Amino acid sequence: MTNVELQKHIDNWFTDPGAVKLEFSEEGSQFLNISIHPDYLHELMWSLKHNKETHLDYLFCLTGVDWGKELGVVYHLESTLHRHSLVVRANVEDRENPVLDSVQDIWATANFHEREVYDFFGIKFNNHPNLKRLFLTDDWEGFPLRKDYVDEVNMVVK
Amino acid sequence: METTIVNNDFKSEEYFINMGPQHPATHGVLRLLLTIDGEIIKKVEPDLGYIHRSIEKMCERDSYQQIVHLTDRMDYLSSHINNEAVCLAVENALQLEIPERVKVIRTIIDELTRIASHTLWWGVMGMDVGALTTYFYGFRDRELINDIFEETCGARLTMNYNIPGGLMYDIHPNFVKRVKSFIAHFKTKLPEYDSLLTGNVIFQKRTKGVGILTKADAISFGASGPVGRGSGYSCDVRKHHPYSALDKVPFNEALQTEGDSFARYLVRIQEMWESMSIIEQLIDNIPEGDYNVPTNAVIKLPKGEFYQRVETARGELGVYIISTGTKNPYRLKFRSPGFSNLSLLNHIAVGGKIGDLVATMATLDLVIPDIDR
Repeated sequence: MTNVELQKHIDNWFTDPGAVKLEFSEEGSQFLNISIHPDYLHELMWSLKHNKETHLDYLFCLTGVDWGKELGVVYHLESTLHRHSLVVRANVEDRENPVLDSVQDIWATANFHEREVYDFFGIKFNNHPNLKRLFLTDDWEGFPLRKDYVDEVNMVVK
Repeated sequence: METTIVNNDFKSEEYFINMGPQHPATHGVLRLLLTIDGEIIKKVEPDLGYIHRSIEKMCERDSYQQIVHLTDRMDYLSSHINNEAVCLAVENALQLEIPERVKVIRTIIDELTRIASHTLWWGVMGMDVGALTTYFYGFRDRELINDIFEETCGARLTMNYNIPGGLMYDIHPNFVKRVKSFIAHFKTKLPEYDSLLTGNVIFQKRTKGVGILTKADAISFGASGPVGRGSGYSCDVRKHHPYSALDKVPFNEALQTEGDSFARYLVRIQEMWESMSIIEQLIDNIPEGDYNVPTNAVIKLPKGEFYQRVETARGELGVYIISTGTKNPYRLKFRSPGFSNLSLLNHIAVGGKIGDLVATMATLDLVIPDIDR
């Protein structure tokens, strides 16, 4: 499907679009982007994979981003059948205790990728079977890829 | 008769051992925590981070020209392709028109890199399953490619030949001649690989039916490269999202459907033939022209997000740049093929024996700095 068809198709899923707050955008990106409220993230992701029309079965990138005020995760999806792609974003405002739903039950690759995001951004994922640090040691303090992370010993500040 | 041994003192119990971080079969500093029952593997848990350098964080303070140099140090056996991924992302963001000459030279060196990586893999694959001779065969041929790289790029491994806008300098006058003579040489040597290892009964017994990955799991775990294609999953980025000169060159995607270690092995052998075919089609037709287009000394990408996918020797590498319009990326993510391929190791190794795990890991072809970015 083209981006326009995708957008039309997905927009029909939620009967009350005002509450779900789907935001579509193609600005500044080569993909169609959807912003979704964290509460509806898992529901949307489940449909994106299991709906026959979208069939987005390949999660090729999962990125944690520190947007300054908010923390977010960006999911890059592709369909191995229809060869269309889509980007889904979910942001959380609570920097002290950011929580999102895990999608590792939908795409197995998300298991490691979410652990990486937790390791570097401190975003916790609900229903993740093994959410602990992946690269850093368990007693590491702070989350290094956050913009406000300070490590006077190991970081060279220009 | 019951098989109880002396008052039930010995019981079958699960226990735990470390494999690595300095195990020869992990090819680097990867530590696997194995839960085993006798020889049978119950669980494999990778412990990562021994050589994590936080390249993504370093990228946030570096300029785009500097970032290219850091990518060499991820998957060091595909360094040229890694460099190209960042360069393509920057060039697409700046909407630079890249000369045809650059595209063709990049693709030729990409494929040479792939052959060099696969010959090294083939050598250590044999060594992992107990055939030491393969190591010398593989390194003999890889050396010839490294010599070509050294002459043209000035380095054998971390080449840094790509820059945003094109190439660092033009190819060496000997380049075409030497590549042709290498192809002629390697065409006689690749059948030797088959006669030495592929047909070997012991080797086949160690790899056939071992570490089976189904197509559905391959997609779900985000497998890419020969690991995905060994399961019949068509995932070649060169086919589906062609870059540089790859859209002009016909080639076959190597596919096997069995999904076991032997299938992944065959895919890589076939890929070497395909890479040679790509090089042969391009080497006589390198267009004349400039070897780069000048860019500003300080590259500022427009505000926005840019994603570039390339096929390294290990699979799909993604470069995701979020730019706010300054000279540094706001966030830069490398989606490395080895990371996703490692995540499925537990899935395919459980139920097998420790010896099978070694054979399975060899066909995943992990490069640890690629995982520990």
